[in-house]
Amino acid sequence: MGTMLPAITGDTMNFDSGYSKSNSELLMVKNLKKYFPLKGLLFTKGYVKAVDNVSFEIKKGETFGLVGESGCGKTTVGRTILRLIEPTDGQILYDGRDITKFKKNDMDWFRRKAQIMFQDPYSSLNPRQTVFQIVMEPVNHHGIDVDDPERFVIDLLEKVGLNEGHLYRYPHEFSGGQRQRIALARILSLKPEFVVLDEPTSALDVSVQANILNTLKDIQKELNLTYLFISHDLAIVKYMSHRLGVMYLGKLVEVGNSERIFEEPLHPYTKALFSAIPIPDPEIEKRKDKLEVKGEPPSPINPPSGCRFHPRCPFAKEICGQKEPALEKVEKDHFVSCWLY
Amino acid sequence: MTDKVLEVKNLTVHFYTYAGVVKAIENVSFDVYRGETFALVGETGCGKSVTARALTQLIESPGRIVEGEVYYHKNGESVDLLKLEEEEIRKYRGKEIAYIFQDPQSSLDPLYSVGFQVSEALYAHNKVKSIKEGIRKAVDILRTVLMPDPEKRVSNYPHELSGGMKQRVTIGIGISNDPKILIADEPTTALDVTVQAQILNLIKEMKRKYGATVLLITHDMGVVADMADRVAVMYAGKIVELADVFSIFKEPIHPYTEGLLKAVPNPLIKIERLETIPGTVPSLINPPSGCRFNPRCPLASQICRAKIPELEEVKNGHYVACHNR
Ligand SMILES: Nc1ncnc2c1ncn2[C@@H]1O[C@H](COP(=O)(O)OP(=O)(O)OP(=O)(O)O)[C@@H](O)[C@H]1O
Ligand SMILES: Nc1ncnc2c1ncn2[C@@H]1O[C@H](COP(=O)(O)OP(=O)(O)OP(=O)(O)O)[C@@H](O)[C@H]1O
Ligand code: SF4
Ligand SMILES: [Mg+2]
Ligand SMILES: [Mg+2]
Repeated sequence: MGTMLPAITGDTMNFDSGYSKSNSELLMVKNLKKYFPLKGLLFTKGYVKAVDNVSFEIKKGETFGLVGESGCGKTTVGRTILRLIEPTDGQILYDGRDITKFKKNDMDWFRRKAQIMFQDPYSSLNPRQTVFQIVMEPVNHHGIDVDDPERFVIDLLEKVGLNEGHLYRYPHEFSGGQRQRIALARILSLKPEFVVLDEPTSALDVSVQANILNTLKDIQKELNLTYLFISHDLAIVKYMSHRLGVMYLGKLVEVGNSERIFEEPLHPYTKALFSAIPIPDPEIEKRKDKLEVKGEPPSPINPPSGCRFHPRCPFAKEICGQKEPALEKVEKDHFVSCWLY
Repeated sequence: MTDKVLEVKNLTVHFYTYAGVVKAIENVSFDVYRGETFALVGETGCGKSVTARALTQLIESPGRIVEGEVYYHKNGESVDLLKLEEEEIRKYRGKEIAYIFQDPQSSLDPLYSVGFQVSEALYAHNKVKSIKEGIRKAVDILRTVLMPDPEKRVSNYPHELSGGMKQRVTIGIGISNDPKILIADEPTTALDVTVQAQILNLIKEMKRKYGATVLLITHDMGVVADMADRVAVMYAGKIVELADVFSIFKEPIHPYTEGLLKAVPNPLIKIERLETIPGTVPSLINPPSGCRFNPRCPLASQICRAKIPELEEVKNGHYVACHNR
């Protein structure tokens, strides 16, 4: 394909000496914070601590799943690491370079390498553009030359399971699943390395969802893509992810190898979350012992002291309400933030 | 447990829209047994909500119930709910048959306290003599649905409550008149899983306590596995398979049910690749002739395009609508 990517003009090559860059880690997030100010009449009344001290890494070619319930901060993490929202604090090392320090030129480069796919297949596409225009838009925006634009778009459409016949049609002529495929083709037009998938199938039916998930997996293999996969659905995260992080109220409470965490979830919240997922098998579901947690997640404006989960935790001890547990390693690639371990 | 409380026969609802006649549900027939949880499951637009609403004539223009009978059995008597005048059916709605909808936001009035709304429901069916008495009773009802701090919460307005609490209120209103049938249309779809678990538990608890029959509508196979005794699987406006929950999951017979189950990821199993159903759901204005699933079906043959398959009993209590199974 005749794309000519402009040379990278990096005047802010910033290797942080504090962290040795391992070859396999594409993204390292260190102590990321995002506080949204709550505006009062005159003064800031406080902050929504949407993301509070979150650290994790994603290896090249892997999928890191981020799970947790509504409002726990998943989307904020996804958008902050792309700098679609500015972080309040913390480092985001992409290929060893801290993107929080990037100036315009480097950001342009980064914006091509790192893409995001949203949940809503209806509002994410311009209804007045044809599929061809939609897919070409980012390429034009970045001033990239393409020899044969039509061929270029057809190739992308075929990669995501659409075809030539769709080229000059409009979004409203497509189903939800097909629209997500168009969004995906558009993302791929910039040959990204890293894609944030923010609930890409939660608006779709299961039979359509399965199709899209398979396509995402195929493309990842083919193009060696790295994914941050955000979802509130554990079963899907399990299907998609190599490693995963469980979030609760702005914090990562458990991180590590996905299979291991599914085998043996350690954090009480992870346990509660796993136990609450209805298993699509009545023989198991009707017989299983459920670990029910009380109440609902409290507000991230004034989060509980100590461990943020302590008011709902069935195992809370005295220290849990007083001191915040750190994210500690319990075994190879398995970290938990809980006073029980 | 084969005492029928509802008998639905050939229920057919059409919507007369600009674009054409939407054949939303066609010849839907099923029985619901007293005390069971009967689940209607299927993907978006397959007709679950229309079916549930049609049972008590809750279909608004441009929709119309074109055909069908819905027999409600009580104390040895039976009445066809579709033959009743609006004034008559109102007495059944809420009192004999109560609904809980997906979105608690829209089923509660933002202008009134939740206590008032529970009280109003009681007053409407003459369970209390005044709204004031109803509000006192509302505290008890909120307590039954495990609302934290019911004495305080009774004077809260909907926006002051979380999604889970609002759903507790609608369940409270639902059970306030001691209904015989509780129709829950995606009661937990808008909620987080840990809260969903609490609400599903509450529904089970209410069922145990009041012996109500539950008609549960969901698209979530996990919720079906958890809650249902029997299941009807719908596709494009028709029931394609109906059986007890264990048979549906273990020995699905209809190709659509089979495909659907394989497309659902099970978090306990390591799945290399999910299976998928090719194609998309058809338009209900011009549904495919014969079996509505035929364009997507791996088993489709000549007859599938020519003739509509009837829902037939292939094993004891296991009904399937398919020519090739
Ligand atoms: N622009 C903003 N201004 C103020 N608060 C915000 C903003 N964006 C998000 N928040 C708050 O930050 C918290 C985290 O939100 P976020 O959207 O990241 O959660 P999420 O995990 O993606 O939830 P969901 O599953 O519902 O998408 C929430 O309390 C939310 O209300
Ligand atoms: N007011 C209406 N006007 C036109 N068509 C309608 C109307 N209400 C429902 N329909 C159609 O009837 C069919 C069945 O809709 P229904 O709401 O019962 O689906 P459902 O199975 O409940 O879906 P969901 O899972 O999305 O709630 C759909 O094809 C829908 O488009
Ligand atoms: S730290 Fe304490 S409160 Fe938090 S999850 Fe662990 S046991 Fe529960
Ligand atoms: Mg989100
Ligand atoms: Mg519905």
